[in-house]
Amino acid sequence: MGRMEYSTNEMMAIRAARLIKDGDIVFVGTGLPMLAAMAAKQIHAPGAILFFETGGIDPILEEIPMCVSDPRVMYWTSLNSGLIEAFSIAAHRRLRTIALLGAAQIDRYGNLNSTCIGPYHRPKVRLPGSGGAGDVAALADAFIVFMRHEKRRFVEKLDYLTSVGWYQGRDSRRKLGLKRGGPIAVITDLGVFGFDEVTKEMYLAEYYPGISLEQIIENTGFEVDTSRAKETDPPTEEELKILREKVDPQRLIL
Amino acid sequence: MGRGGGVGKFMTVKEAVSRFIRDGMTISIGGFTVSRNPMALAYEIIRQGRKDLHVVCHSHGQALDVLIGAGCVRRVEIAYGGNGRWAPTCIRFRKAVERGEIEVEDYSNYQMSLRFLAGALGIPFMPTKSGLGSDILKVEGFGPEVRGKGKVSSKKAVVIQNPFEEEEDPIVLVPALNPDVTILHVQYVGEDGTVRIKGLTFADIEQAKAADVVIVSCEEVVPVEYIRSDPDQNSLPPFFVDAIVRVPYGAHPTACYGFYDYDAGHLNYYRKAAEDDAAFENYLREWVYGVSSHEEYLEKVGVESLLKIKASAGRGYAVGLERK
Repeated sequence: MGRMEYSTNEMMAIRAARLIKDGDIVFVGTGLPMLAAMAAKQIHAPGAILFFETGGIDPILEEIPMCVSDPRVMYWTSLNSGLIEAFSIAAHRRLRTIALLGAAQIDRYGNLNSTCIGPYHRPKVRLPGSGGAGDVAALADAFIVFMRHEKRRFVEKLDYLTSVGWYQGRDSRRKLGLKRGGPIAVITDLGVFGFDEVTKEMYLAEYYPGISLEQIIENTGFEVDTSRAKETDPPTEEELKILREKVDPQRLIL
Repeated sequence: MGRGGGVGKFMTVKEAVSRFIRDGMTISIGGFTVSRNPMALAYEIIRQGRKDLHVVCHSHGQALDVLIGAGCVRRVEIAYGGNGRWAPTCIRFRKAVERGEIEVEDYSNYQMSLRFLAGALGIPFMPTKSGLGSDILKVEGFGPEVRGKGKVSSKKAVVIQNPFEEEEDPIVLVPALNPDVTILHVQYVGEDGTVRIKGLTFADIEQAKAADVVIVSCEEVVPVEYIRSDPDQNSLPPFFVDAIVRVPYGAHPTACYGFYDYDAGHLNYYRKAAEDDAAFENYLREWVYGVSSHEEYLEKVGVESLLKIKASAGRGYAVGLERK
C-alpha cells in the first residue's frame, strides 16, 4: 500500500482521539477538540460521553458544532442544562473527566495562556480569555492541549497564566490546593509531548512521520528532552475515512 | 423586581430600553457566544445612545461586540469574548482592549456563573478551587478608583484557608454580582410572564435572579394554558421579570434553539466589517441606526436568509446549513 496523504489537522485530531478511552467523560472545547472527541467516539470509544461547558451533556452530534454554544450540542442529549451543572460534572470526584483545550501560549509545565500577548492592561494582542478552560484545567481529572508548534507559543514565561497545568513542576500543583488533574499530553502540528512523572516537565514523546527532532527543537522556546521520542503511527485509512466522511464531511474544521 | 403576572410588563423594545436602561448601569447579557444573544435589545441600546455601560457576562459574543463597537461600553467583567469559528476573539472587543478604550477584568466561566449565583442567593461570595495559581487572581484589571464603587465589588477575589480543614487547603472566594439590569432572549414567555428557555439555559437563570431589573425578549408569547400545562419546562416565574418584549428573530444573527440557527453569512459579513473602523461605522449605520425597528432589520436580512436558518423540526438547528 502506498503512502497515505493526510493533513496536519487530521494527524492532530487522530492522535488526540487515540488518547480518549471508551467510558471517558470528555469536556470538549471549540475547533480541533471537536474533531478529536467526535473521531474517538466514532472510531474506538463509542461509550465515551462528550459534554460542553454550556450545559449540553452527551448529545448525538449529527453535524460538527462550530462552538460550544452551537445548537447542535443541544440535540438528543441526556441532559440540557447550564454552566454550573456542566462544571459540577467536570469537577465530579466520581468521574474520570478529561478536557480537550487549545491555547495561544504554553510553558514547560503545561500552564496555558489564552488571555493576552504583551502587558495585560495594554496588550499587543487581546485573546478571548479563559472561558471554561481555566476551570477545567483546575477541576477535571486530566487535560490534553492542542498547540500550533511555534517558538513564540512554547515559551519560558507566559505573558499571562490563564489555566494552571503542573504550575512550577513536581508537587507544586497539589500544594496550590488542586487535588487532582493536570495536563497529560500536548498535541502539536509536529508531535506529541508528555510530562515527566517526577519533575512534571514537558518531554517529547512522539514526532510525526516526516518531522525531524531538529525541527521540533528549533520551534520550541525552551529546552526539551527528546531522548524518549519515537515516531507516531500515522493515521490509518479507516481512521481518516471516519474523520472525513462521518465527523466533518462539510470540511468546516478539517 | 417585577410584580406577579404579565400585566403591564408587555412593551416594545423602545419602551423597555428607555424605561429601564440608563447610562453607567451594570448590565448583564444572557446567552453564550453565538446563541440566544438579545440582539434586538442590544441594537436598541445603541440607537438610544446609552454610554458608559459596565457589562458583566461569562462567555459572550455578538451582542457584547456590537455594544463595545458602538461605544456604549466603558468597562467589562468577563470570562471570554469570542464568536466561535467566525471570530475566535470578538473583533471590536479585541480592538477596544488593545487601544485602551475599555477596562477589562478577567474571570473564568465558572467563576462568573458562581458570582451570578451568589447574587441570586443573596450571599456575598461563593467558594471555588478554580483560579488557584492563575493570573486571574494575581492581576487586576480595574484600578482602585473603580473598586468598591456602585456595583463593583471591593476586591476582585480572595484566597482563604478552608475553615473546615486543619491542613493547608486554600480556596478562592469570588464576590457576588447584582447587575442593575439583565437582558435575555428566550423562546417563550407566557401571557402571565412565565419564562421558558429551550435547549441550554447557560447561566441565564442565575443572571436573571441576580439582577435588580430583568428585561426578556422572546420569540413567542403563549397563552397561560400552554405554559402552565407543562411547568417542568419553565425557567423563571413571572415575578422576576419586569419587561417582556415579543421580538421574533430577536437573537439574529445568533442562534435560538428550536427556532433558528446562527446566520453564518451575516457573521462572516460582520467579521469583515468589524476589522475596519470605517467599515464598522457603515455596518452600524446600515444595520442599527438606519433601521427604526426589528421588523425593518429583518426585511434587510431578507426572507431567503431567514428561511435558510429556520430550525429543522425535531433537530432544533438547520440541518445541512452552509456554515463556513
